Amino acid sequence: MKFTLSWLKRHLDTAATVAEIADRLTMLGLEVESVDDPASRLNGFIVGHVLQADKHPNADRLRLCKVAAGKATLQVVCGAPNARAGLKVVLAQPGVVIPATGEALKKGNVRGVESQGMMCSWRELKLGEDHEGIIELPSDTPVGVPLTSVIHLDPVFDVSITPNRADCLGVRGIARDLAASGLGSLKPLSIEPVKGAFASPVGVSLQFSPDTADACPMFVGRSFRGLRNGESPQWLKDCLTAVGLRPISALVDITNYFTVDLDRPLHVFDAAKLNGDLHARLARPGEQLAALNGKTYALDETMTVIADDAGAQGLAGVIGGEATGVSAETTEVVLEVALFDPMRTAATGRRLAIDSDARYRFERGLDPAFAIPAMELATRMILELCGGEASQPVVAGAAPADKRSIVFRPQRVAQLGGIEVPVAEMVRILDGLGCTVSGEGESLVVAPPSWRADITAEHDLVEEVIRIHGYDAIPTLSMPRPAVVRPVLTPQQKRAGWVRRGLAVRGLVETVTWSFLPSALAAMFGGGKPELTLANPISSDLDAMRPSLLPNLLAAAGRNADRGIKDVALFEQGPQFHGDLPGEQQAMAAGLRVGRSGARHWMQAARAVDVFDAKSDALAGIAAAGGPADGLQVVAEAPAWYHPGRSGSLKLGPKTVAWFGEVHPGVLAAIDLKGPAVAFEMFLDAVPLPKAKATRAKPLLKVSPFQPIERDFAFVVDRSVAADAVVRAAKSADKALITDVLVFDLYDGSHVGEGKKSLAIQVTLQPVEKTLTDVDIEAVAAKVVDAVGKATGGALRG
Amino acid sequence: MIDLDQVRAEALDSIAGAANLEGLEQLRVALLGKKGSVTALMKSLGEMSPDERRTTGQQLNAVKEAVAQALDARKTALDASALDERLARERVDVTLSVRPEMQGRIHPISQTIDEVVAIFGQMGFAVAEGPDIEDDFHNFTALNFPPEHPARLMHDTFFLPEKEDGSRFLLRTHTSPVQVRTMLKQPPPIRVIIPGRTYRCDSDMTHTPMFHQVEGLVIDKATNMGHLKGCLIEFVKTYFEVDDVPVRFRPSFFPFTEPSAEVDIGCSRAGGELKIGAGADWLEILGCGMVHPNVLKNCGIDPDEYQGFAFGMGIERIAMLKYGIPDLRTFFDSDLRWLRHYGFLPLDVPTLTGGLTR
Repeated sequence: MKFTLSWLKRHLDTAATVAEIADRLTMLGLEVESVDDPASRLNGFIVGHVLQADKHPNADRLRLCKVAAGKATLQVVCGAPNARAGLKVVLAQPGVVIPATGEALKKGNVRGVESQGMMCSWRELKLGEDHEGIIELPSDTPVGVPLTSVIHLDPVFDVSITPNRADCLGVRGIARDLAASGLGSLKPLSIEPVKGAFASPVGVSLQFSPDTADACPMFVGRSFRGLRNGESPQWLKDCLTAVGLRPISALVDITNYFTVDLDRPLHVFDAAKLNGDLHARLARPGEQLAALNGKTYALDETMTVIADDAGAQGLAGVIGGEATGVSAETTEVVLEVALFDPMRTAATGRRLAIDSDARYRFERGLDPAFAIPAMELATRMILELCGGEASQPVVAGAAPADKRSIVFRPQRVAQLGGIEVPVAEMVRILDGLGCTVSGEGESLVVAPPSWRADITAEHDLVEEVIRIHGYDAIPTLSMPRPAVVRPVLTPQQKRAGWVRRGLAVRGLVETVTWSFLPSALAAMFGGGKPELTLANPISSDLDAMRPSLLPNLLAAAGRNADRGIKDVALFEQGPQFHGDLPGEQQAMAAGLRVGRSGARHWMQAARAVDVFDAKSDALAGIAAAGGPADGLQVVAEAPAWYHPGRSGSLKLGPKTVAWFGEVHPGVLAAIDLKGPAVAFEMFLDAVPLPKAKATRAKPLLKVSPFQPIERDFAFVVDRSVAADAVVRAAKSADKALITDVLVFDLYDGSHVGEGKKSLAIQVTLQPVEKTLTDVDIEAVAAKVVDAVGKATGGALRG
Repeated sequence: MIDLDQVRAEALDSIAGAANLEGLEQLRVALLGKKGSVTALMKSLGEMSPDERRTTGQQLNAVKEAVAQALDARKTALDASALDERLARERVDVTLSVRPEMQGRIHPISQTIDEVVAIFGQMGFAVAEGPDIEDDFHNFTALNFPPEHPARLMHDTFFLPEKEDGSRFLLRTHTSPVQVRTMLKQPPPIRVIIPGRTYRCDSDMTHTPMFHQVEGLVIDKATNMGHLKGCLIEFVKTYFEVDDVPVRFRPSFFPFTEPSAEVDIGCSRAGGELKIGAGADWLEILGCGMVHPNVLKNCGIDPDEYQGFAFGMGIERIAMLKYGIPDLRTFFDSDLRWLRHYGFLPLDVPTLTGGLTR
């Protein structure tokens, strides 16, 4: 919403400066987006007097002028055709910033002659488009004074209006808020009905069924004859130009002026082009309207139109029709002042993609009580600017009755706002906003003004009082809180943090990727269900909710590879979706390693990442989440996007806690990523939460006084036997003594036979009661051999 | 008669001349071993008369002791030089690089959320969460959005396909639906913040289709706008780690709060560099207000008995302002160079006791 200072002052009597007004507007909730004050760009420009203008000695088209600028007289070279002696001009001396270029003027030398200044055009000052010649100031202008003191410059405010403040889409509404806040006083708006000179030859009517009557509750018309639709006066053209509207003709300019000035869009029809009476009705199927913007629209029966006997002539509250528009030849018009349903207006404008100042206001709601006054004010202005005479008004329907009456308890202001405002001040504020306040004591009765449809209940009045009184006046209070704050995070939230930092400690870099991805990619990862495909994606490659975090991580690795970073270690923590219900969103942590495990190094060769990196990440994630170190089963099965022979699941009973493995080469090919790539996906909520404990005490540490003993074994087993089976069997051989079993060598070469492999394990025995004798150790060793043999068919390697 | 002085002198000479530990050991054996020369002299004492034995014995013992001492001294010296030699041999070029280690990072969004949680946690706010896929009721209706509100139409809300009954799920456009879920689940008093992913169908220089918000909600019988101001001013100062940062509350409009405010913080843009703190400019950072009575009613809370405030802000926005990150879109690009530069070390856990940042 744009307006100028002088426009505001047509409604507001104030001595406040531009800065004061801007500041107050913002603190009233009418946020000032910008104030364009042309004067602020004109520092240093002064009035000059051309004393002498001779031909430049070396150039035919240039003039060499002597210009008086207060005390000094300057020599200025000028190319403007109108540079002549006696002229009062706008003069810039070196150092002054020229608004059009943003650069400071330098002392010049033009064709061998020094130029000590510049005489400016309107365009150079960004005050207009005129660049035909230099500015000619009135001959009585004092010389040497700042330009800003002799020309009228009107600052333009651009204010952003929140959707609840439809009334501030008119300059008067803004002036009213300022006045209510004490920054000046609102000038009265005198509405004197104009006596009609004749009966309107064009009638108006409402043609709706009872269930659609709310589409247009009121239609006021008035005919004019003997008009002359010429140019508007300068003040009106200046107003419109300043806010970005192009002056067209007096009648059109009047309607635009009413829209911005009083938030009251109007329409004028050229009466000579109308057929019969005007009526408001819903459009008929197949009906069309050639609109004033030069486009033709197909209408339907949800849209309200103003029609004559020939058909639709205007789209209610949105745009007028071309056929009945006014022109320079127009001498008879019909003025339309109507009330239209905001929702229908919004829907029509949206469906036809028409943005207009009228639509913007109608869909936010106009002052329903203002139709007749607006008609009278417009009548007066039309007669004033265009001459002629007005008919008696014709009115169909009536403004809906306003029955709002709100009980307002002044103490609610302190209760909600935390601020003490005297009741008299509250009444003054509400009165200033146009409310009618009655009653006294603890309960007042407030009737809000017709232009404030947003005020419907007590809390709206509380807000108005606090807003106008000023948020700055609200005291700053501390929230009451306990002396020592208790922890606030849930176990799940704490765990998510541990996993995040636990994975980062392992060298994985956290990233955040979209929750959506291309549906083709989603399908590759078990997703792409129709119920998880967006109806209105931002683009076709972000149309499916992600079924897994991996595809986005793989794509991220690809983008990094394109930048020359081939070794990638990324992880993300976030949701994945396998259904559209709240419970079908899973909290995941997923990581991806691509390329080598580290940079090349003089001491060790760079190693390609492999499935065991991913397994290690997964185990670390589970450990960070507080998952059980033991009891996790490793199963060689994983979803289709993993390499079938190099992937697995980590399970707790039937529950899968994580998948890990090499990414399937087919997936890499589809994403066009060069491997090797290994990944894991961890289901955060599959890790059991620790049991609530009464104390934080750790279990007592039991240490044995005896040294542990390590014994190595090498077993030859079938190649299909899982190492884990050998380890478990060895562990089970003597649960009291064996505390650890680890695999330290794997050999599957020809020496151990076809289809066989050799696994070397180290078994740690921890004596508990006494030092073990050789006989004891041999006995345990025999048990290990026996257990492994029984479980896996393995025999000691000969 | 053997000249013991000569024996001693010769022995000491040869010990002093021993070049290495092996030679020295041979000398020891030759002198003091079972068949050593000094040992042999000692044995010869048995053949002497008692008087002679006494005097010679004493002298001989002195020689033996001197030899033994010399052997020890020489051994210590040879040990030391052997060690020196070994150390010299073992010298490496310590300017060579260490084994490569991968350094992980925490994304600025996670770090910022942790900071925000640390601050509000200190004020007694718990952390609530909710689903990303929402329904119209939680995202709009319960929050007092009028039915014709543009956000409910195809404008900036992502919708999932329409169901048979005409309803359709959507991606939450703000974290506010979790306010509703919290109030429906838990009776007041309530003090929660709600960080999370949010979605709007918008993509340009300053908008991404997904971003993060943190929402705050306080409901009890006494919390008023003064507390709202106090709470947020305290947050701003703590979060930006700037003591004198002016904070301005300006009236605004949101369907789910009344009175509503937008909050600006002071900043300076002198020299093209943005600095949070006292300065000539204002920077909008969040929206807030007293929870609208309709929202309380929609969540089964009596607005005549309970009241409170809510606020919401963009995580990326406050991260950009604090850490000088120029471009929103880069948050979601997974550019490792960016992540390493703007990311945080895993052990930099923000706390209020230790400070939010290094």
